Parts: sequence; C-alpha cells; structure tokens
Amino acid sequence: MIDVKNIYKTFFVPHEVKALVDVSNKIEAGEVVVVIGPSGSGKSTFLRCLNRLETAEHGQILVDGVDIFDPKTDINKVRAEMGMVFQSFNLFPHLSILGNVTITQKLVRKRSKRDREKKAMAILEKVGIADKAHAHPSNLSGGQQQRVAIARALAMDPKIMLFDEPTSALDPEMIGEVLDVMKTLAREGMTMVCVTHEMGFAKEVADRVIFMDEGKIVEEGTPVHFFENPDHDRTKLFLKQIL
Amino acid sequence: MNSKISNIQRLSNPTAHSLSVAGFFAVMILLIGSVYYATITVDYIWRWYKVPTYFMYKETVIIYADSNGEVKEIKPNGDKFDVIITDDQGDITYTVPKDSFDLDEGDFTSPGDLIAEYEGGWKPGMMTVGLWITLKISFISTILGIFIGILGGVARVSSTPVLKWTAITYVEIIRGSPLLVQIMIAYFVLGTTINKILMMNGLPSLDPEWYGIAALSVFTGAYVVEIVRAGIGAIHSGQVEAARSGGMTYFQCMYYIILPQALKTILPPLAGQFINLIKDSSLLGMISIRELTKATREGITTSLQAFELWIMCAILYLLMTFTLSMCIQYLERRTATK
Ligand SMILES: Nc1ncnc2c1ncn2[C@@H]1O[C@H](COP(=O)(O)OP(=O)(O)OP(=O)(O)O)[C@@H](O)[C@H]1O
Ligand SMILES: [Mg+2]
Repeated sequence: MIDVKNIYKTFFVPHEVKALVDVSNKIEAGEVVVVIGPSGSGKSTFLRCLNRLETAEHGQILVDGVDIFDPKTDINKVRAEMGMVFQSFNLFPHLSILGNVTITQKLVRKRSKRDREKKAMAILEKVGIADKAHAHPSNLSGGQQQRVAIARALAMDPKIMLFDEPTSALDPEMIGEVLDVMKTLAREGMTMVCVTHEMGFAKEVADRVIFMDEGKIVEEGTPVHFFENPDHDRTKLFLKQIL
Repeated sequence: MNSKISNIQRLSNPTAHSLSVAGFFAVMILLIGSVYYATITVDYIWRWYKVPTYFMYKETVIIYADSNGEVKEIKPNGDKFDVIITDDQGDITYTVPKDSFDLDEGDFTSPGDLIAEYEGGWKPGMMTVGLWITLKISFISTILGIFIGILGGVARVSSTPVLKWTAITYVEIIRGSPLLVQIMIAYFVLGTTINKILMMNGLPSLDPEWYGIAALSVFTGAYVVEIVRAGIGAIHSGQVEAARSGGMTYFQCMYYIILPQALKTILPPLAGQFINLIKDSSLLGMISIRELTKATREGITTSLQAFELWIMCAILYLLMTFTLSMCIQYLERRTATK
C-alpha cells in the first residue's frame, strides 16, 4: 500500500540535520505500524513524508503505486485518501465541531450538505462526542479535541491513517479515551502508521514496530520480538530507558 | 506598561481632575482664539456665511431665445406656464414659472433675447461634489485594494516562485516610490498610452478618475499585501498542515481556513491603511480630478475665502476618517466576540 524506497531528508535551516538517511519500508493494507524512537530521531519527518508534508530529496514513495514526489502527481488526491492526526490537534478554531468534520468533505469530496452532515454525525457518534457537534473547539477538553481531529480525518473515508504522537499533548487521564478510539480503528482493519510513546498500545494492536534512531530505521519486527528480544544494543538501551 | 504609567500619574483628587479637564478646554480655546486674533490683525475678514453656498445653492435659470420666432401661445400648465414659440423649425415649448417672463402672445423674439429668468431647484455646491468624488474614489479603491492585497498576500506566503517573487517585486516597487509619482505615471504614462490605444480602436478614452483609482488601489494594495502576510504569518502552521493533509488545495486552505482566522489581526492595521487612502486621495487633484481638495482650491479662486474653505475641507476629511475608524472598531468588536 505504501512503499518507501531509500528516502533521504536533510534540513539546512537553522543548521544541517540529517533527519532521514536511506529509509525504506513497506506498509501493507490493513497493517498497524507503530514507529518509536528517541526525540529527534526522524519519526515525524518519516510520517510527514508519507503524505508529502515534507519532500525527501532522494528516494521514492509509492502510495497505491502512485509516486507522490512526482511533480505530475495530484497530491491533493493522494492526501484525500490519507487521514492525518497531529500532536497538537490543529482543529480549526473558527469552525464548530460539525464544521471541522464537514469542511474537508465539502471542499475535497464535494459531498452534499445532507450527506456530509450525516457522515459527520455518524463518526462523531463513533468517537463518542456527537453531543458536542455544535460546540466550538476551545470549549472541549484535549481528549475530546483529539477525538474530533480523528473524526475529521475519518470523515473523508481514508484508506490510511497517520498519527503523529496523538496523545503526547494530553493530560494522562485523557490518553485512554483517544487510545480506545485508535484501538477500535485498528481492530476494524484500518491501515495505520502511528508515531507514539504508548508502549501498551504498541503491544496490544501493532502488527509491526519500527524503531528509529538518528534518521535511520534501526530495528523492526513484531511487538513480541521488539519488546522481548530485540537484536540491537541501541534498541535495548532505549527500551531500558523508557520501560 | 502604558496603563502602569497612567496609574502612577492618575490624579487621585477629583478636584484636581476636573481642574485638569478645564485646563484642556482652556488650552484649546486659547489656541483657537489666538489664531483667530492673529488673522484679524492681518486684516482677514471671516465670511462664514459664504461657506454654505459651496455645499448647496439655488441655481438661477436663464433662458435665451436662439432663433427668430414668434410667441404663438402662452397657456397655464399646472402652477407654471407653457410658452410656445414658433420659428421656421416649428414649435418650441418652454415650461417656466409664473412671473419669470415678460412676453405676450404675438411678441417677436430674436436670438439672444431673454425669455425667462427664475430660481431653479437646489444644486449641490462644489465642495459637495468634491466630497462625493472623494468618497466614491476612496470606496472603489478600498474594495480594489482589499482584493489586490488579499490575492497578493496569499501569493506572498506561497512557496511557488512565480507567485512569491511577483508579489515581492510588486510590494517593493510600490512601497519604494512616492504615491504622487505613481499617480503621475498612472495618468501621464499609462493613461496616455491606454487612451491612445483605445482611440486607435475607435473606443472612448477613460476618465482621469479611473487612472486615479488604479493608482490608489495599486498603492494601497501593496501595503495590504504586507498586512495580510503578517496576519497569515500569525496563524499556527499546524492549521495549514491540517487543512492540506486533508486534501484541500492551497487556495481552499487560505480562503476557508487561514484568512478567516487572520482577519482578527488584519483588521486594525487595515483600518489605518484605508484612513491613509482617504487622505492620499487628495493628491488626485494633480491629474485634474475634482476631489475635495481640488474643489476647495477652485472654490477659493472664486470666493477668496481661503481660511474658511480650507478649514471646512480639513473638517470634512476628519469626518470621513473618523466614521471609517468607528466602522472598523465595530467590526473588530464583532469578530472578537465570535
Ligand atoms: N522543519 C524543520 N526544519 C529544520 N529542522 C527540522 C525540521 N523538522 C525537523 N527538523 C529536525 O530534524 C530532526 C528530526 O526531527 P523529527 O521531528 O522528525 O524528530 P522526531 O523523531 O519526530 O522527534 P520528536 O519525538 O521530538 O517529535 C530533528 O533534529 C529536528 O530538529
Ligand atoms: Mg515528532
């Protein structure tokens, strides 16, 4: 479904950082991949390359066979099939919850008002905040906002969901409600790539764990392999630090 | 910071406070009084009573005959009279008030003879017409300026070189030269060229007003570009990412997500820009547009009441800018509560 071939990404401002160095990976349909690694290891950059929020200077990424770095590719079409959820929610503060969940449907999917509102309400129901449909983002708790953000992405009927540390900005008591939504999605067979520090989530639903350090994929494997019997010293050290 | 200083300085004693208020009025009256006194000593005679005719006057209508003819018939028409004069071309009917003519049926007329003289209706005076032109030009230029500024601002923050560099070049060129020079170029260089081209194609040429409006809106637009850019810059980049990652195009993202949020920071500096625009429109007199300032100058050449008319002129500009800033403050309050 996603085929990452030898991508490199270097940032030059404010100083030179090799954020990704020769990263390759294949993500299959229905797979739940969890990306972990220390801060600054390139996890976000990797995720953001998948929908071209960042462009790699070398290498190729094929999404359903489409080369997304090809200038001829209509990236908006590719992005419409990929939902993204951010650490800082990024809800649109000038729109109501319903507005947040319908606007992309309107502009990108061109759905009628009735269709998109029906869709929005069904998904808000699913993430458990249908009663807040007419509230404004600023009146919601962090956990509720993040669930709206997930609903906003899901309303587009994406084939893939990308999560960049969706629970890192949340108070501890709200992490569970967001993880529950994500677990439900995973069990329903959604293809997911999640950058997260939630090891419990990784153990429970991940099909594969990718460990990154200094812009490289150091190790990858099933959660069992990764947490109980990793090959690399770097991985062991990391696991010792966080567990 | 500001409020701290004023807190320290605040006069706690109510008597001292009202004395200070009285002091303010005293200073104002003293200033105006001394200016007035100074003008008297140089023998300026104030004639404020002449000023209203520059705003509204009763027009005097004088009708002359333009051919040799004969008054065929005079008959009442409502509370007026129809004076019908026949010449070799046929009948001409003048509808004039009672007592405004001194003709009888059968009188002969020759070219230049007075047929009737009477007071017509109220007419807007020079200053009123000038004020109207200033308002019209400012209004159209504001709308165009906003339009240019938003498009330019969105282009300015894009990463596409064509858009970004074009916007930068536009802003730098316009902000780097005086408005007066730009107005001259718009009228004497572009205007002459365009009007010649229009003429060669058998089209009517454009009024100077349109070149003036073009110069003003292009000038204001450049400043609005920078205002819009700053407003967009103040929005968290996560907003763009959230919108674009859902598949919105750059322009959809700007129009539906970023600009509505940026409006709050954009409005106050925008108000200042449009207040400048109203004031800058006074330069358009240089290309023979009879806006308020030019009208005032012309009024003075006929009345010689320079002091009164210039003061009126300033008051009118003040009224316009004040009204505009009130409107924007109202808008600000509305967007703030939303
Ligand atoms: N837009 C950018 N401009 C410059 N440098 C960047 C940019 N984005 C990321 N970097 C740098 O690239 C490196 C990898 O960053 P990235 O955000 O991918 O790490 P991460 O693994 O997601 O870290 P974290 O856990 O802190 O989110 C870091 O050194 C970071 O400073
Ligand atoms: Mg990150």
